[in-house]
Amino acid sequence: MQITSQTFKANTVKALADVDLQRALRHVEKGFIGKRQKAADALPEFEALRDSAMAIKQHTLKHLDLYIDAYVEKVEASGGKVHFAEDADHARRIFLDIARRRKAKTVTKGKTMISEEIGLNKFLEQNGITPVETDLGEYIIQLRDEHPSHIIAPAVHINRDQVEADFRKFHVDLDPERDLTKPETLLSEARQILRQKYGEADIGVTGANFLIAETGTSVIVTNEGNGDLTQLLGKCHVVLASLEKIVPTLEDTAQILRVLARSATGQEMSVYTTLSTGPKRAEDRDGPEEYHVILLDNGRSNMLGTEFEDMLRCIRCGACMNHCPVYHAVGGHSYGWVYPGPMGAVLTPSLIGVDKAGHLPNASTFCGRCEAVCPMRIPLPKMMRHWREKEFESHLQPTAARFGLGVWAFFARRPKLYRSAVSFAMPALKLLGGRKRRLRSLPLAGGWTKWRDLPAPEGRTFMQAYAQSGHADGGRS
Amino acid sequence: MTANGQESGVSARLKETSGHRPTVALFVTCLVDLFRPSVGFASIKLLEDAGCRVVVPSNQTCCGQPAYNSGDRQDTRAIARQVIETFEGYDYVVAPSGSCGSTLKKHYPELFADDPVWADRATQFSAKVHELVSFLTDVMGVTAVDAKLATTVTYHDSCSGLRELGVREQPRKLLRSVEGLTIKELPEADVCCGFGGTFCVKYPDVSNAIVGKKAKHVESTGAEILLAGDLGCLMNMDGKLKREKIGVEVRHVAEVLAGMTDKPPIGGKL
Repeated sequence: MQITSQTFKANTVKALADVDLQRALRHVEKGFIGKRQKAADALPEFEALRDSAMAIKQHTLKHLDLYIDAYVEKVEASGGKVHFAEDADHARRIFLDIARRRKAKTVTKGKTMISEEIGLNKFLEQNGITPVETDLGEYIIQLRDEHPSHIIAPAVHINRDQVEADFRKFHVDLDPERDLTKPETLLSEARQILRQKYGEADIGVTGANFLIAETGTSVIVTNEGNGDLTQLLGKCHVVLASLEKIVPTLEDTAQILRVLARSATGQEMSVYTTLSTGPKRAEDRDGPEEYHVILLDNGRSNMLGTEFEDMLRCIRCGACMNHCPVYHAVGGHSYGWVYPGPMGAVLTPSLIGVDKAGHLPNASTFCGRCEAVCPMRIPLPKMMRHWREKEFESHLQPTAARFGLGVWAFFARRPKLYRSAVSFAMPALKLLGGRKRRLRSLPLAGGWTKWRDLPAPEGRTFMQAYAQSGHADGGRS
Repeated sequence: MTANGQESGVSARLKETSGHRPTVALFVTCLVDLFRPSVGFASIKLLEDAGCRVVVPSNQTCCGQPAYNSGDRQDTRAIARQVIETFEGYDYVVAPSGSCGSTLKKHYPELFADDPVWADRATQFSAKVHELVSFLTDVMGVTAVDAKLATTVTYHDSCSGLRELGVREQPRKLLRSVEGLTIKELPEADVCCGFGGTFCVKYPDVSNAIVGKKAKHVESTGAEILLAGDLGCLMNMDGKLKREKIGVEVRHVAEVLAGMTDKPPIGGKL
């Protein structure tokens, strides 16, 4: 997909003016937060589970090479095949090889963010293969020719009445008088359309929430059951997953599952948790004839052993964006690539380069709510700060900002000089504030005064006032 | 080393009853120093009332957060070393800000984690650092303040204080002891106000959307005064309230707790 992270600022201006989007975003704020809190409160061991889930991933990442080897061995023992894909292009080519060999015309797809990351749909269309999204949100997005704006609720930026309009526009064979006022009627209509597609599909594509090294199993969690139909009714099951999805054992998977849905939607478990191991065996009544796993790196192995390794613990629950005031304000598309919100602000620069995604780690107030709810306790603000450090080191920030910071730091490091500078500046600023004690505009402070007044200072600085009120100097300079 | 020869009645009483008076070095914070000296004086009063000797080292400017959050580690370290050298000799270091307090307490040790000379020093220093209100309640055992104010206030939980230092109940507890004061809880009090240091000027439109929601919540409480423990957030919220012509006054929580509300509020009155 086209990257627009570079124009983050312009994207946000557009998003803030989009009435439909702003209406939809209110649901994120109202919906997810309370549900997660309720689920967390209802489970006494929730915090302990977070620790344990984090420890599992930390351990796995430290020994990722060994667990990948073990995983591949098990997948192959079960009759499946693992393909390593270095980058997006490589992954697409692997997929096309499989599709061509199977003479595939139609591909059904369960929800997978890796498919977005490698731009699979457009690529398939260019190669004469029809991709059909089977997750309701993804299906809506596909009809609208958009991209997901949230990693677990891809169509969260769209309102119900917009979906109704889309369905009426695209499902032209259905009765135009039909009632589509309730969300359930929309769901059942989509289901009715999609049911026909599963059986016709030559390939069923799913993502993976976990890849289990112990058994060679891929695991998906869904609420609609579309993933199961996609992978079972297609003749060939292709799993698209990135390499940090590996966990050592089934038991580990069960542990992490206990924090995943609670953090994401506030459910104890997602409605469907589906495990698949290899293709159909001789004694099985049904199942895919072939089973492939395309294991995508796309920059992740470069994160191992760096200050960004912790990011690979992410289990894509979406809690960070659900709790992010910036995401609530501007939505997922503003971030300009596949992964939005705080996790995107850390991951995107790692995957597409900080030169392109430099805004994202800067567009955070560091309010820390993301880290507070991350089931994997990923220190997201800290890692966004690391990206800012990288930008600073490579002189990627705007010259004016860098110059301003330099001047400020020069004074901040020299208290005496600083004192004399501010002892003139503050009374002057007070005068500018006048009787109202605030300023509506101030040169070089347009970023502040565009939308808010600037409270004027009281006049003398505290240090001046304190010294003049006869206090002894406690300094040791 | 006392900052002031005069002592308030409460601290004098405390001195009689307990032998030891800890020496607190006040980390004024740059915004209080520049924009709101009243908060510094209110902090001194509260600390002295709690039985502390207060010292204000003159060799201080800022905690370094603007550099730290802009990715400039080198300048941040230089500023941090200066702060540590200036403040490490006192019993406690107290800041009327959760954000600056957290920088000193939580981030300095991280900043020097791989520095063989400064790592231990930063850690020992950080153990002495506290945010003002939580220091009063949690360290000095203050349960009530000697202040009166017949009005209705609402309280915003600033992010760093809340999530990094666990400041939540402490200011509410002390506010409840202010005679005549009614507290109305702010809806979504724990959600960021959109200040975020340089964020608010780098992304003014996004910041505005966030503080716009906050201003509406503040207005919805019907409170006369909005309080918080961080001047950055207060200036941001005040600026938005004034621009939106919402007539809620804005003050630092220390001003009310110290009974020092004679000065005009932040940004004046509408």
